Formats: sequence, structure tokens, C-alpha cells
Amino acid sequence: MADISVKDAPADPLSPEEIRADFPLFANREGIVFLDSAASSQKPIQVIEAMDHYYAFDHSNVHRAAYDLAEAATNDMEGARRRIAGFIGATDSAELIFTKNATEALNLVARSWGAANLGAGDAVVLTQLEHHANIVPWQQLAAEKGFEIRWIDLDEDGTLDLSDLDRILDGAKLLGLTAMSNVTGTIPPIRLLTDAAHASGALVCLDGCQSVPHMPTDVKELDVDFLAFSSHKMCGPTGIGALWARRHILEDMPPFLGGGGMILDVSRDGFIPAGLPARFEAGTPAIAEAVGFGAAVDYLESLGMENVRAHEIQLTSYAMRSLTERFGSDITIHGPAEPDQRGGVMSMAFRDIHPHDLSQVLNQRHVCIRPGHHCAKPLMKYLGVGATARASWYIYNDTNDIDLLGDALEAAGEFFSI
Amino acid sequence: MSDLEDLYREIILDHYRSPRNRGELETPPAHRAEGFNPLCGDEIVVYLELDDESAGEDAVVSQVRIGGQGCSISQSSASMMSAAIVGKTVAEVRELTRSFKAMMSIHEGELDGDEAMPTGQPGESLGDLEALRGVVKFPVRIKCATLSWNTLAEGIEEALAD
Repeated sequence: MADISVKDAPADPLSPEEIRADFPLFANREGIVFLDSAASSQKPIQVIEAMDHYYAFDHSNVHRAAYDLAEAATNDMEGARRRIAGFIGATDSAELIFTKNATEALNLVARSWGAANLGAGDAVVLTQLEHHANIVPWQQLAAEKGFEIRWIDLDEDGTLDLSDLDRILDGAKLLGLTAMSNVTGTIPPIRLLTDAAHASGALVCLDGCQSVPHMPTDVKELDVDFLAFSSHKMCGPTGIGALWARRHILEDMPPFLGGGGMILDVSRDGFIPAGLPARFEAGTPAIAEAVGFGAAVDYLESLGMENVRAHEIQLTSYAMRSLTERFGSDITIHGPAEPDQRGGVMSMAFRDIHPHDLSQVLNQRHVCIRPGHHCAKPLMKYLGVGATARASWYIYNDTNDIDLLGDALEAAGEFFSI
Repeated sequence: MSDLEDLYREIILDHYRSPRNRGELETPPAHRAEGFNPLCGDEIVVYLELDDESAGEDAVVSQVRIGGQGCSISQSSASMMSAAIVGKTVAEVRELTRSFKAMMSIHEGELDGDEAMPTGQPGESLGDLEALRGVVKFPVRIKCATLSWNTLAEGIEEALAD
């Protein structure tokens, strides 16, 4: 672990206190220590107001109407699509499909691309870091199509074991990979894995749920083929997420959901699907949510994603060092030891207190952490635990929150030693 | 911390630290049922042996063992349950389960509300299990407390189905 004292630490590139002033929840729930942004982030007033404004001034259904109002709604939604696509380094905004959330985006890949391209004798490779959302859709499809699922295991330090990578990828058609573990924060070497997958002829489906909100993302640099992410973890509303994929891949994929909006023509004999992105957006989309998602991206860009990342590395470093100094062997922090190899997510075990009991006691001090398996049971199995207590931070958290977490852990330790 | 102390009564922590009837039973003659709490990853395994399965509702619980892992509420509830049901008939165990769930004011699938009011009328026989009453103030923990009981019910059905 980096041995730097707080005094020597570089200045925080963000001002969490000023940022908190943008988030009404912190004023409305005074004293809350919110350390659960990996599950869902809080929302700045800019996002809330953008959605309010849309409903108060611009709402109608999008597309296909000649009146000004419909054009305003369409422009609002498509403008958001362009900005969100730009946020992840995509130049063609038609490659960005709005979905309900990242889970639906991953299911879309499995049910559309996977169903069309995978069969008996094929293989999909997953890592032990994956969230269930990048596991179960492939297992569901494998049960129908009879392809094999192979796994990349973990090393002792919670990073991927790449020693046997070429053999595991040999003949595989897809690598399903998380860009950042939602449990340990582990950041895999994505470009290295993407290059290896492509060399084996496999596409890469990246789960960016944890990474896109917290660090700069450039799909061209990462060279991935699919990227799924969710709005609600990055200051935007719930109910909307996105799938980005290369145009030529999307154009060859059959539509996922059928209905209005996704067709070019329908007759009694059949239908012709629409072009991108409408082809994958059947039914009235989540328009206000798209507007909010766009405002969230604007908000994060105003802070600068490099700054967000630097802020979180500092906070992770502070948390790992200060809590270890304070509690010694009473605390076990899962995952990589180096703060810059992980996101702002810290899963821990504290003494022998079960995570569910721990979070209950922490709640008494308004410290919000999340106990459980975090929808990553294969990873839990590797860690040898049924559950962890997970604290996660974001742009509005600071070292004071970490100190309050430490105080609450101390109180929990006292409570359970009675 | 009064709510918290109400949740974590000393007897609960005692059962958590020193769980009763911990272990396994040979299957058969015992029956094994497994329950999961997807919220927190808790797992309970109930091993149940009846003296005479053909007696149906009159069959007596001769042995029970608890396996698995989880939070203090799920583990202590399982421990107390194991201590409470040995020597009881299936019919009595069902009645005890009803009383316990009434205390938890659990009607399966009705956990959406913020307030779970303790409306049930627990029978006199709940004994130590009464200590779990504080759980109803923490609705998300009710499933922890009832996990072992739901698992036991599965074990009973399996035992009687043979």
C-alpha cells in the first residue's frame, strides 16, 4: 500500500463539499454518510431540473410527428444520445442504444447477437469477477444453444489469472468482461484482454457499469465490441441504461424486442426492421430519463473524468491506509492492495461481525454501506465468504466520510463485544 | 441505540455465538432442506429426522441439525428453532411456525411496506423465540429471521412426501 500521509497527498482535484451542495438529498437528509454509490449514485439538481424542464416544456412522444413539440422532445432525446455517445468516445451516436439498464443491455447482446451467433461447439469466456448480469444471460442462452462457458480465474491478490489466457480464449466467440469489479473494485487490464480476445477471433462484451461512472472511457482506445452501462450509477435517473456496439455488428444483429418504433415496414407477411438505433428501441422510450442521463453526462464532464478518477484513487488510498492503521488485523480489505488498481469500491470483513449485522449497526450512525453477495456469487465463492460489507465512494464523498465510517466500525465492534 | 438493542437481545447474540444443534445428520434417514436469502447471501441447511414418517401430522421430530452460514438474526433464529422443535409433533411444529410468523407479522410476499406492525398474537409456547420480536422494527431483516422456518417447512414437506 502507498505510504503517503494525508499532508503529503496531492490536493483533491474535486471539491466534494461544493459538489454535495448540488445534491439536494444531502441537504434533505442531514448527517447522512452515503457510501453506497456502487449500487446507485445520488442525483445532482442539474439532472433533476433537466427532467422537470423536459416534462414542463418539451414533452410529447418522440419521432414521426410534424408538430414543433414532438420535434423538441425528439431533439432533447437525440441530443442526449449524442452527448452520452461522446462521453464514451463514440463518434457515431446511432451506435448507442438506450435500454432499461445495463442488465437489459447485456441481455440484448446475449439474446440478439448471442442467439444468432452461438451454438453447440462454441464457447463464451467469462471472468470470476463478473456481476450476475454478465453471467446469467449467457447461462440462459447456453442452456438453449449448448455452447460452453469457460472461466478466467483469479490470482491470490484478486486480479485475473492470465497465465492460461490463450488456451481459455482458443476458439471462443465472445469474452464477457467487467471493466471494474463491483465487489473488490479490481480493474482488469482491458486492452490486453481485448487484444488477446480479438487475436482468438472473439468479440469483447464489456460491462462498464462500475467503470463508466468513475473513470474516463474511450471505446476506441479500449477496442471493445460491446459496452453496457447504467445511468443511475453515474448521477442520472433510474430506468435507463445504454448499450454501445460497433455499427457493423449492430447492423447484423436481429432486433431484440419487437413493436412500434423498431420497424421500417410491416405487412401481413412480415416486417422489415428499422435502421440504427431505432431497430433496438421498440416502444416509447424513456424520454425524460434519456434527458436526465444526458444532463448527468454533462455534469460529470464539467468535473472532468480524469479528476473524478484521481479523486477516487486518493480516497481509496486514504480509506485503505487509515482503516488498516486504525483496526489492524480486525479488518480485512478484499481485492488488490494498490489503490490505483481498483475503483472506489471497498469490500471488507470486520472482525467476525456478519456484514448484515455490521451494516445494521452502521445505519444507527447514518452510515450507508451495503452487505451481501453484491450479485457476484462466483466471486464470493472465490473470496470464501457468503457476503461482504461494501463501502463505495463517489464525487461527493471525502476523507471525513471515511473517518465517520471508521468511527461507526469502532462502535459496531464495541456493540458486538458486549 | 434502543431499537438496536431491541434487535440484538442478549439471548440472540448467545444463540449466534453458541448455536444449538449445529451440524449434519445422515440422509436418509434424515431429510435435508436448503434455504437462501438472496438479499444477504445467508444460507441455512436444515437436517430433520422424524420418528415415524408414516404417522403424518403426528410424527415426532426426533433430531434436527442446522448448517449454513449467515447473520446473527438468521443463525440465532435457526438455533432457537432447532431447540424448540425437538420432541414436538409435525402438527405442533406447524402451529409454532404459525405463531412465530404471526409475531413476525409475515404474510409471505407482504414485505413491501415500510412499516411492519407487530399485529400477530404469539402463542405462549414461543419462549426464547420471543426475543426475535424486535426484528419487526427492521423490515428487511424479517426474511433473515424466517429463513430457517421456511426451510424447515420444506424439510417437513419432503419428509412427509416419502
